[in-house]
Amino acid sequence: MKEIVIISGKGGTGKSSICAAIAYLAKAELVVADCDVDAADLHLILHPENSKVQDFYSGVLAEIDPGKCSACGLCYQKCRFDAIEPFEGTYRVIDLECEGCGYCYYICPEDAISLIDQNVGKFLISDTRYGCSLVHAHLKIGADNSGKLVAKVKSEAKAIAKVQDKPYILADGSPGIGCPVIASLAGADYVILVTESSKSGLSDLKRVQELVAKFQIPSACIVNKADINPSVTNDIHKYLNKSKVQHLGDIPYADDFHKAIAMGRSLIEENEARWLPIFTEYWQTIKENI
Amino acid sequence: MRIAIASGKGGTGKTFLAVNLALKAAETQTTLLMDLDVEEPNGGIFIQGDDAETHKVTRAIPSWDPGSCNLCGKCINWCKFNALIKLGEMILVMPPLCHSCYACSELCPMQALPMEQQSLGEIRHLQLGKLDFTESKLDIGLEQSSPLIERTLEFADEHFAEKELQLLDSPPGTACAMVSAVKTVDYVILISEPTPFGLFDLNLAVETVRQLNLPFSVVINRDGIGNNDIYKYLQKEGITLLAKIPHQREIAELYSHGEIIYRKVPAVDQALEQILSKIRSLS
Amino acid sequence: MRIIFTSTGEGWDAKIDPRFGRTDYIVLYDEEKDELTALDNRAIMQVAHGAGPKTAQKIHELKADVLITGNGPGGNAASILKQMPLKIFVRAGGMSVREAYDAYKNNALEPGV
Repeated sequence: MKEIVIISGKGGTGKSSICAAIAYLAKAELVVADCDVDAADLHLILHPENSKVQDFYSGVLAEIDPGKCSACGLCYQKCRFDAIEPFEGTYRVIDLECEGCGYCYYICPEDAISLIDQNVGKFLISDTRYGCSLVHAHLKIGADNSGKLVAKVKSEAKAIAKVQDKPYILADGSPGIGCPVIASLAGADYVILVTESSKSGLSDLKRVQELVAKFQIPSACIVNKADINPSVTNDIHKYLNKSKVQHLGDIPYADDFHKAIAMGRSLIEENEARWLPIFTEYWQTIKENI
Repeated sequence: MRIAIASGKGGTGKTFLAVNLALKAAETQTTLLMDLDVEEPNGGIFIQGDDAETHKVTRAIPSWDPGSCNLCGKCINWCKFNALIKLGEMILVMPPLCHSCYACSELCPMQALPMEQQSLGEIRHLQLGKLDFTESKLDIGLEQSSPLIERTLEFADEHFAEKELQLLDSPPGTACAMVSAVKTVDYVILISEPTPFGLFDLNLAVETVRQLNLPFSVVINRDGIGNNDIYKYLQKEGITLLAKIPHQREIAELYSHGEIIYRKVPAVDQALEQILSKIRSLS
Repeated sequence: MRIIFTSTGEGWDAKIDPRFGRTDYIVLYDEEKDELTALDNRAIMQVAHGAGPKTAQKIHELKADVLITGNGPGGNAASILKQMPLKIFVRAGGMSVREAYDAYKNNALEPGV
């Protein structure tokens, strides 16, 4: 079973649309994992149903029991995050600021502080209208987006792929270069980088490819909106060549991308004549190179 | 007046709006633009000059003193972030994981983990006429955006408090990095696009700023693609639509070249006028 | 030599886990004693940050000489593993532990950076 991860560094490059198109094409062969837990969008195209939902816990928040608190103020003095404030004669924790370091819990002389496990989101396993399963998650706002939820999404996707005997997992990765992206890349067999023809696109592509290279995972790149700036597209091609990243193809700017999303469907369903041959070729190349 | 430009989704035009708004505002008032997307900063592609100064930013991290340590291992258990590892007779500190809470340092019975300043990243500062621009970049290998974002805002308080307008190009998303960036501002401008993705992510961003009790309004970028659902949503929620920027291929092309768009596309200039007029009314 | 494999299961036929930090199992093969033992690492899924270093710490306790895994360890784990006299080999993903061992013996794996 092989894991394919699609990432982009920069937002708005068309990564999720491309992921949905591949999911549509190869639906019989794969399980989809939406690892963009901060802003999970794939469900708008895949329309999940029959979801099994689980609460997801990560980290802790401190809580002060006013009944036990002697108002000595030690926690208030020591907290480095300004997360404790005086309140009605004792002290209380400001949830938004609390980092869950436990310092106050360790030092409270009255044992008035507890560390409470935080419910930071939901984790879902769903059927989709394509017939393949979708594993996805929603992180609560302001939550610490660590690798833990992403790792869980991928791990569940792997378990399902095993049970359903599917040879591939297709993961829609997180933007940026932080922990969620690292967790998206951790078990990958193949990475597809989606970039766009702009200076910002090239700059972000380089930063994210640095990460991929660290993990020594083979990667390939699709340049979207490639005709917007032929000179930058050329620079991107040169960069891919120099960095030994395979060039999967260039996609010219196409209204189909938003038309398809607006209709809640994949590119191939929106305009089969145009997109089926392109993605068939991409999928073929991906399978040959994994 | 400190204003954040944010969005739930990446790629909706935060940097595009922040850069163009800052440059136009700086035609008449002293303006500070802070690029706080510390993982993937792009503002510097559009605002360039020769005299950038770089300020190194540090934070306190424990450092291990083998001479004082008795290897009791209590610090390993205290650290909630797994930032301390014991390898045989060695204690290793992992800077990317440390949150600088000081617990291990202050609780260690042998005082073997004194806090030391360690590099976090840098703030590059450029001045162009009435515009001051800062770009904050996290050191490679570090993972947490929030400490650098917070330090940049402190830096702005120390050096740029007298600027008439401060604009923040916020990191994308609605997780801890974005919250660190927006929580100290007076007002938030959310930018999104009129598509199902744009609407879904705008909703997340709206929930976030409401939870933070921050006043806000919305700019719609690429008006003309997608559908009208986002406008219906804004009406239903009673959210002010500040301006619309039309979808024009020319805009994407200019942006891809690192050009300043409002100087060449009247529709963008008009939208900026509307936004600046709103900002003036806030003061 | 004591050889560590990141694995999805406990025996010679288990597939290599391509991940390092969040690997399901740590399998140790002691060549001298011809003994294969497995450590269940799955509690690591509860860890939000620092999974890599925690697993690296376990490897250190096992006094490994060689680490065989799928993809390279991430940045945090790598900085810990560098402190050990450990040789790392990658690209064993998809193989069974036995196949990975054979590949290692035949110099068919890539050294990790």
